[in-house]
Amino acid sequence: MGSGSGTACDITLNTSLSDDERARWQDPGTIRRILRDTRTVAVVGLSTDPQKASTFVAAYLQYEGYRIIPVTPKGGILLGERTWPDLASVPDPIDLVVPFRPAHDCTEIARQAVAVRAKAFWLQLRLLNREAAEVASAGGLDVVMDKCVKMEHGRFQGGLHFAGMNTELVSARRRGR
Amino acid sequence: MPDANARRFGFETRMLHAGHIPDAEVGARAVPIHQTTSFVFDSPEQAALLFELKEYGNIYTRIGNPTTAAFEERVASLEGATGALATASGMAAQLVALMTMLQPGDEIVSSSHLYGGTVTQFVHTFRKLSVVARFVDPHDFDAWEAAITPRTRLLYGETVGNPRGSILDLERLAALASSHRLPLVVDNTFATPWLCRPIEWGATVVVHSATKFLGGHGTSIGGVLCESGRFDWSHMPTVAAPSGSYHGLKFPETFGHYGFLMKARAETLRDTGATLSPFNAFLLLQGLETLSIRMERHVANAQGVAVFLAAHPQVAWVAYAGLPDHPDHALAQKYLGGRPGAVLSFGLAATGDAARERGREFIRGLQVFSHLANVGDARSLVIHPASTTHQQLSEAELQAAGVGPELIRLSVGLETLEDLLWDLDQALRATSR
Repeated sequence: MGSGSGTACDITLNTSLSDDERARWQDPGTIRRILRDTRTVAVVGLSTDPQKASTFVAAYLQYEGYRIIPVTPKGGILLGERTWPDLASVPDPIDLVVPFRPAHDCTEIARQAVAVRAKAFWLQLRLLNREAAEVASAGGLDVVMDKCVKMEHGRFQGGLHFAGMNTELVSARRRGR
Repeated sequence: MPDANARRFGFETRMLHAGHIPDAEVGARAVPIHQTTSFVFDSPEQAALLFELKEYGNIYTRIGNPTTAAFEERVASLEGATGALATASGMAAQLVALMTMLQPGDEIVSSSHLYGGTVTQFVHTFRKLSVVARFVDPHDFDAWEAAITPRTRLLYGETVGNPRGSILDLERLAALASSHRLPLVVDNTFATPWLCRPIEWGATVVVHSATKFLGGHGTSIGGVLCESGRFDWSHMPTVAAPSGSYHGLKFPETFGHYGFLMKARAETLRDTGATLSPFNAFLLLQGLETLSIRMERHVANAQGVAVFLAAHPQVAWVAYAGLPDHPDHALAQKYLGGRPGAVLSFGLAATGDAARERGREFIRGLQVFSHLANVGDARSLVIHPASTTHQQLSEAELQAAGVGPELIRLSVGLETLEDLLWDLDQALRATSR
């Protein structure tokens, strides 16, 4: 007999969610579906500061092939893309909405995400707003909370592994081309 | 994209698989050796993103390498860490871990039951960096508490202390560290993650000399540090403050629970150059794949040797926490399941200069144990610390480390147990003639 599967530990989480909440808001299948099906990502509150986390996430996703739609009242061009003052102003279909705003702003952003018929709503690591998650979910969106979209993409795409991080992926199958 | 694992795979499965998924291009089953200094960029845009740390990927082997990354992720998985960083040696692992946290004027508080090389690094090299190390008896929690000052930045200890086999009270020490908002750094070299995982008891950083049991074959010098991802670094300015070499980047704020390790790699490893070679990473990976099996045998042989020596007339004492009379036997039960590794020490039945001479005779008489300065080889090893690994230490430091002239240290290997007992017995008998 081996040591059993119990000695593995769950370490990527660093989450303050309960097990029930994790099952609901951090479902690996949902995360993979969002990463696979998304083409456009509205980044609400994208910073003009190139060293802020929002820029790191958006620049990464842009290089990985997603189209970034910056949403900020400050106007101008960010990451080569025209900015829009709010989700309702964006003329193109939005697949994923990722707020970089204080938690208390996220319920309203979730309502707007439902109104523009976005397909998914993602609250970043340590950005907790259960009401926002419920609003988006009730509106038919896939919802993730308390996870980083860049970290999750990096886990599955393989890049995070090159930084020496624990992706928790085990597979003897050859990676797809 | 590989499937997300609904199952949490067991330790042995991860020993063999974590950190390496056969790649799309070649499909190599074993981890390939990427013996290259540098990696071709996709485009100028990708190069810029890589240098800004906005994209993940390989640039230059001093910073990271795919073979080394497989080793790093595998160790991180086995330790239950959020990630890992491989280094040129175990000494480099603790140096990179601590230099990421420390600046001039800082202090550290450490268990005094340490590898002699660690003592010299903390006392003499750190003094040149204006960092002060305070040493305490690891079992004296009043001493730990008293040694912590407003300048203290971390607590440090070894899971199984070198060379008297004392066991660190990890849970209690982690609670003390946490109450002072300090990270606990633990050297888990002697235990390996198969026998003890300090992060599960509250440690923040785990360091290893991978040269020892992780590699396990005495072929390769290497080290690795792991981080729990659970420590709040925001109040430690060396880690959290805007980085002068990355345009004011704040690592924990930007990278979340990867912040410490990203900074350790992108700054400390980059600037110290204490990098593990890809070939050594490959050799260490071969060792990791049999870690649990080797450790079981190492421990079984060590227990057999300890019991044998304890009953031998030419032996005054045996320090192995697997024996019921060791003061840390209960701690070994709690933290190591009663299997406190395969390094043990014993005292020849002599004192002073007579003990020194008898130690030399004993080592000369051995036929199967190799006399050398290492532990954790598949072969059994022996050394007389007072004349070798600990000779740079002052008398007071020797006393604090618990090393007398009669002390012999063994690293028990995987040979036939009866042969090891025969060898020890015949060499011990030779000393009494």
